[in-house]
Amino acid sequence: MAEKYIARSKAIAARMIGGETMVMSALDSTFFTLNEVASTIWQAADGRTPLSEIVTGKVCQEFDVDRERAQRAADRFVEELSQHGILLVSDQPLIDSSLESR
Amino acid sequence: MSLIAEMSQKALKLGLPISVHLDITYRCNERCVHCYLDHDDHGEMTTAEIIDVLAQLADAGVFFLSISGGEVLMRRDFFDIVERARQLLFNVKVKTNGVMIREKEAARLRQLGVEQIQISVYSHRPEVHDAITKLPGSLKKTLRAIRFLKSQGLKVSIANVLMAGNFSDQAGVIALAKELGVHYTLDPTITPKMDGDRSILALQIPGSELKQVFNNAELVGNVEEFCAPPPAPDEDVMDGYPCSAGHTACYISPYGDVFPCVQFPLPSGNVRRQKFLDIWHHSTQLKEVRSIRARDLPTCSTCAHVGTCTRCPGLAYMEGSMRGPSTADCEKSFQRTGIPSANMLKRARTDSAGPLIQIQLPMNSAQDGPFPVETGSPEALVGISAHA
Repeated sequence: MAEKYIARSKAIAARMIGGETMVMSALDSTFFTLNEVASTIWQAADGRTPLSEIVTGKVCQEFDVDRERAQRAADRFVEELSQHGILLVSDQPLIDSSLESR
Repeated sequence: MSLIAEMSQKALKLGLPISVHLDITYRCNERCVHCYLDHDDHGEMTTAEIIDVLAQLADAGVFFLSISGGEVLMRRDFFDIVERARQLLFNVKVKTNGVMIREKEAARLRQLGVEQIQISVYSHRPEVHDAITKLPGSLKKTLRAIRFLKSQGLKVSIANVLMAGNFSDQAGVIALAKELGVHYTLDPTITPKMDGDRSILALQIPGSELKQVFNNAELVGNVEEFCAPPPAPDEDVMDGYPCSAGHTACYISPYGDVFPCVQFPLPSGNVRRQKFLDIWHHSTQLKEVRSIRARDLPTCSTCAHVGTCTRCPGLAYMEGSMRGPSTADCEKSFQRTGIPSANMLKRARTDSAGPLIQIQLPMNSAQDGPFPVETGSPEALVGISAHA
């Protein structure tokens, strides 16, 4: 399976409060709250680190969860947020210039 | 409960300021008859100062940022401020009259990812709108701006402040909003001037017209539900706090002054002299605002409307006490339900008992001129009766 690279869109508003992250799309005003695990993936979505590495290096280590389960949850999370343009997904590393609002 | 409401609750528990209203100028190109501001520059924060405040607000956890004025575009650095705010990932709402927004400005706002633009429209008729703004041609320019903003796909909201002079145009503005494809919000509240001058309150719509607003299903949804008598308050209501002012929200003036809300001019600190979080956590004024619960309100805690009233502690403060009633909201509760507020009943009792202090002049001295002439003993000249 091809590697996934994820990056936060710039067309969002976001703030972490009390371990959770509020994210709102500036494009369609969809509002999400991310729990601690999702917030960890969100924070690590730098466009350069493969999703599988975020799962093993961050999620599994910080939340004591098995890799397979964590990967499935991460894939669902990425799919949901990418549908709203909140996360950008690519099979190649995403350089900063790709993180435009549109 | 919506996700946003849940996060607001969480912010309340954590003592975080989730929402800030930042006025970047009081200067304006309009001179609206009901405006509570002066329009001079008494030493606005510089670009660097505002950018520093934005960074502090982001660190403090602020998510919702309203950038307002005055007219925000009177500042040449307006887009620099918005750009920095967006880089810091605030959810930005801009309040403007739109007069200076053309295609280029609309495109820039879109590019920056501003979430919403709120524009004041007072009437669908230029002669009425322009008479309120005192700027000839302003409605035409404002509507042009709305069309530019809409063509960029931005979310636009029309704010319609209702006054006696434009009340009859309300339906016209609603129709205009529909035609433009923008959200419509109505505000029947006139705020006293920040210097305490209450003369502009004379512009308020009378109660009977307020009742019409509350019975308009297009505005309130289910009228029967909206105008239903208030339920008996329970313990949760009595332990509740009046509004978000000072709890999860605050206001910062162009001069760096921090207040609980734009409508609550209780000076609580200044970001030019103190760090924002120091003010937020340690201001004695904000602490006092936060300490007040519904049960602490001498009159309102006894009122049938205590759990459903829109009582504004800022308006109450401007009337004399942040723990007192806000008579504009008493009127709203009354017109909505037909049930007088405790404050109205108290005032009616006082009024029917006669004036608290009465000074009577002998007929002859009143006829002689504006000042009483001593014709006998002081007791005979001036009678004072007082009610405890």
